[in-house]
Amino acid sequence: MTTQHAPAGLIGASVLRVEDPVLATGRGCYVDDVQLPGAVYLALSRSPYPHAKITSINTEAARKMPGVELVLTGADIDINVPSPVMIPGQKIPPHPALARGAVHAVGAPVAAVVAQTRAQAVDAANAIEVEYDPLPAVVNGENAVEPGAPIAREELDTNICYRAVNKGGDVDKAFAEADHIVKMHIASPRQVAMAIEPRAAAAKPEPNGDLTVWLSTQSPHRVRADLATALKFPEHRIRVIAPDVGGGFGSKGPLYREYTLASYCALKLRRPVKWTATRSDDFLTVIQGRDQAMTSELALKRDGTMLGLKVRVVANLGAYLCSNTAGPPQRMMAMAPGCYQIRNVFVEVLAVFTNTVSTGPYRGAGRPESVLNIERLVDKAARDLGIDRLEIRRKNFIRPEQFPYKTATGVEYDSGEYERALDEAIKLSDYDRLIRERDAARKRGELAGVGVSTFVEPSGGAGFESGTVRVERTGEITVLTGSSSHGQGHETMFAQVVADKMRVGMEHVAIRHGDTMAVQQGVGTFGSRSAVMGGGALALAIEKVSDKARRIAAHLMEASLEDIVPADGGFAVAGVPEKRATWRQIAGAAYGRLPKGMDPGLQETVFFDPKREAWGFGAHVALVKIDRDTGETKIEKLVLVDDCGVIINPMIVEGQIHGGVAQGLGEAFLEQMQYGEDGEVLTGTLVNYAVPHATSMPTLTLGETVTPNPFNPMGVKGVGEAGTNGAPPCIANAVMDALAPLGIDHIDMPYTAPKLWAAVQAAERGKK
Amino acid sequence: MNAERVAISLTINNVRHDAAVEPRELLVYFLRDRLGLTGTHVGCDTSQCGACTIHLNGRAVKSCTILAVQANGAEITTIEGLAHGDELHPVQEGFRQKHGLQCGYCTPGMIMSSVYLLKNNPNPTAEEIKHALDGNLCRCTGYVNIVESVKWAAKRMRGGQKAEGGDVSR
Amino acid sequence: MFPANFGYVAARSVDEALELLAQHGEDAKLLAGGHSLIPAMKLRLASPRTLIDLGTVQGLRGVRVDGDALAIGALTVHADIAASDLVRQRIPALAAAAGVIGDVQVRNRGTIGGSCAHADPAADFPVVLTALNASFAVVSPSGKRTISVDDFFVDFYTTALGQNEILTEIRVPLPPSDAGTAYHKLANPASGYVVVSSGALVRRDGSGKSIDARVALGGLGGKPFRAAGTETALRGKSLTLESIVDASAKAAEGSDPDDDIYASADYKRHIATVLTQRALAQASGFKVETSHPQNQR
Repeated sequence: MTTQHAPAGLIGASVLRVEDPVLATGRGCYVDDVQLPGAVYLALSRSPYPHAKITSINTEAARKMPGVELVLTGADIDINVPSPVMIPGQKIPPHPALARGAVHAVGAPVAAVVAQTRAQAVDAANAIEVEYDPLPAVVNGENAVEPGAPIAREELDTNICYRAVNKGGDVDKAFAEADHIVKMHIASPRQVAMAIEPRAAAAKPEPNGDLTVWLSTQSPHRVRADLATALKFPEHRIRVIAPDVGGGFGSKGPLYREYTLASYCALKLRRPVKWTATRSDDFLTVIQGRDQAMTSELALKRDGTMLGLKVRVVANLGAYLCSNTAGPPQRMMAMAPGCYQIRNVFVEVLAVFTNTVSTGPYRGAGRPESVLNIERLVDKAARDLGIDRLEIRRKNFIRPEQFPYKTATGVEYDSGEYERALDEAIKLSDYDRLIRERDAARKRGELAGVGVSTFVEPSGGAGFESGTVRVERTGEITVLTGSSSHGQGHETMFAQVVADKMRVGMEHVAIRHGDTMAVQQGVGTFGSRSAVMGGGALALAIEKVSDKARRIAAHLMEASLEDIVPADGGFAVAGVPEKRATWRQIAGAAYGRLPKGMDPGLQETVFFDPKREAWGFGAHVALVKIDRDTGETKIEKLVLVDDCGVIINPMIVEGQIHGGVAQGLGEAFLEQMQYGEDGEVLTGTLVNYAVPHATSMPTLTLGETVTPNPFNPMGVKGVGEAGTNGAPPCIANAVMDALAPLGIDHIDMPYTAPKLWAAVQAAERGKK
Repeated sequence: MNAERVAISLTINNVRHDAAVEPRELLVYFLRDRLGLTGTHVGCDTSQCGACTIHLNGRAVKSCTILAVQANGAEITTIEGLAHGDELHPVQEGFRQKHGLQCGYCTPGMIMSSVYLLKNNPNPTAEEIKHALDGNLCRCTGYVNIVESVKWAAKRMRGGQKAEGGDVSR
Repeated sequence: MFPANFGYVAARSVDEALELLAQHGEDAKLLAGGHSLIPAMKLRLASPRTLIDLGTVQGLRGVRVDGDALAIGALTVHADIAASDLVRQRIPALAAAAGVIGDVQVRNRGTIGGSCAHADPAADFPVVLTALNASFAVVSPSGKRTISVDDFFVDFYTTALGQNEILTEIRVPLPPSDAGTAYHKLANPASGYVVVSSGALVRRDGSGKSIDARVALGGLGGKPFRAAGTETALRGKSLTLESIVDASAKAAEGSDPDDDIYASADYKRHIATVLTQRALAQASGFKVETSHPQNQR
């Protein structure tokens, strides 16, 4: 089923992006750029407390402030952000747009103000007087499951939102038969997505009573449905537009309270209402990532054969459930065995409420936690058993001939050649030389370490994706995709696919997305799914359109169907290349005089659901050196080999890897959302939450292997999250390798300089 | 209190503008909301991200940390003022050629900082480029291709980089 | 983020600014480059009723030699100090400090006077100016006075400037030709502000012995910390890497830094030693390598 293309084709070419001339000249249109005559502005009064009863709200002063049009509190509206039941028995406490009676996280909106200018709205929001009666707060997930812990959501009698188990094989037997058991506690730091464009909404009531809402979202159709549910307003009368979207990384997937409030206020005031988050707003109320703590055991034979895996995950969900908050821990579970044959697995998740910002998908969304867990265990196992880290991996890899491979956790991997990716990374990194360099550095008394990670990267999923291919009357091609872009280059990449397969120039293809009025139901862009799912839908739609076009062409050229072959710009008669039907001629017939028995039109829509995910994979290798005196850590070499099946646009794929790796290095070295013991936010701005700068980036060496996906019409797999999956455990293993001579077993990321210095100091003191 | 508006006059992308502004109006909102120059973006509230970078009297500055009144009498260039019609500025072209942008939100600021760098240092090393962009955050690209973009533009501006005709390159 | 409302007056001269300051009293704030004040106002941590803009005052910009000192106008932006040939050649530590403040855009707008008057304990200029034994020229309705750097910085965000005073010039003594200066900083990877920094001025005699050294540290308290232990230990010593290491070990002696979410007090004290070694070594003519680690900025 895999389509292989000649190098001359557009699929596989680094085509420059059609998006760029607009974006690079400042003519892009992000939500806050949308200018709506008569617009008024929404601002919010937010809780400064992580957990408190609201004893009174006084809006008198605010109502009298200049320019104020509307003031709302939780008493005035009944709007809740909906959250689906993902796990049977899951607890779903209310997620009100404006707090009713209590607040459960710093930043929870308590009152809303609409005023004529942005500044007036902020002035009035600041004038709202709220009295709180603070309640005990819990911020750490593992603390939240301890007996006697404060209850984050007082509506419940527990902090546990759900418990889920994924198991296969006979774990007890495996552990009983094991020669060695590796035990570790590994926590992934809570991270902020930090899309550079803060969230924004612009809501416009239409004269006929409909509602148009521009949202900075990754998922316009899903958000529209949730918005309709929240507002109790008919979905088909809401138009959601995701214009240019300035990054998302998962964080712009769900519906947010502020979106419902802007929409509600617009309908109530019958005026356009705009809301644009400040960075501080986003730090307090955008879903954050990771924050899963794993207590894990890996059972092995003396020769390194992996027998069984037990993992208990405590996943911190934060205070409120967004539509996708409950998701990442399940992803963590499903891929727990990674790229290894471990037939006996037991993974338990305790997903808990705390008085913190909601978590949810952030680039990787459970994958990085899972890879970190297994890759740290494997490295420690190798060390304990005295087996080379490459050898133990090779010994346990799922082998190419075993695919499709069903794991003990019940998912089926499509295809893979894990050892080939590792070999490629070994070759590209000149691994033996890295080891020699490390050993020489150690001889000089330096702290140097080499790290390896091998991993799977599931992509696609989350149901279906849709694609429509329409040949217009003049033969130009309009494509509607449910996969709406926020930087991934869909308008280029999808156009390459369509132009390649329909044999037209890319300038004849327009990709439309991000508008629920233009595009059929769709899902969106997240989970590395666009090329796999959106591309898959388009590939099938192209086939259907082409089939029909071929039949029309046969009619137009009075040739038999078997003789009609694709040709540049349309179709030709085999062996008579000068006899052609162009797309324009075919469309003319499709919308005009058709052969008998054919339906008019030249448009096909496909809802694509392969009922399985696509499993990319890779191998990363790093050499790091730690300055004993300062804890400063330098990456001397970082090699990233990723396999995402057939590549549509190598330039875009490389860009995805670069970006993912940067975020992965942020996780490894810099980033952690921190709370004080009482729940106060310690890292609520970019002044204290560090993200990578240009100067933070080392030289990256990229490599690839190509293992086509047999279950995808184009052979593709996703790649968007490969960098965040593979790089952090690779760095973790390298840093721990560097510290191993000091007897240090494990340290959780991020590896900040002060943290590493303190660990080195403690270890050296211990030795004396 | 309601502060009195202050009359200002400034030249933006070679066009003179006169206006009366509230003293608290930040230059970035003056550009965006009043003049519709929405290419200059706001990405943070603490002067970290650089999405709002413009040139004020020839220097790269963060327009979110300057009051409009402080720009009275100034010459300003924004991202909208770089290209000549359909012809991209070499730095804009460099970002396109080398895939220096993904979502595009940080891009105007990145480009304004890069143009400023190349004005002062026409042949920067990779390290110099990284340092020159220390005031601009990007979350999409990992900066790798941004550095390549600036190198490409530097070469082009020194006359060493041919305009590339085709769409397919690299 | 929008500041609360305020009134705005652009001063045309220092005298006019003084009058405005007297007229508006405690509710007024002076505005220079605004790169400390405006961020605070946006977050509404500061809400002055009136801003008196000094940016419109002529004659407060630039670097010149005045007798045995460099005179730097209070409104001179960091970038101009970092790029000044005069500063780079005569007082490299000052150029180095100016060149690591914030980022390019901040350095193009922030002023040395504004930074000093703001007295952020994590700022660079107070530290290097302490090491360099600078003084501050100040005017008020009652006349002019000069404040020595050791008196100027009082505590967190507090200087010796009176409410009715304006800082007009920073005077930095030109080190003699046998002296060396250096400034080294460990920046917070988020803010770029000082975690710890060390500025050093070393004078030596013909035989290479240290006549005296001034070492100032940032990040250890509410104001720049003079590393008295190091200064004493180095006096009269030959400037070798060994003597520098020995003396630097005393850098943080007597300081009492706080733990913060990024770094512990222990780390800060230790880094004070490391950076002082580097600063003294560089000021003494040794080559000092710096790198760009991934867990720093």
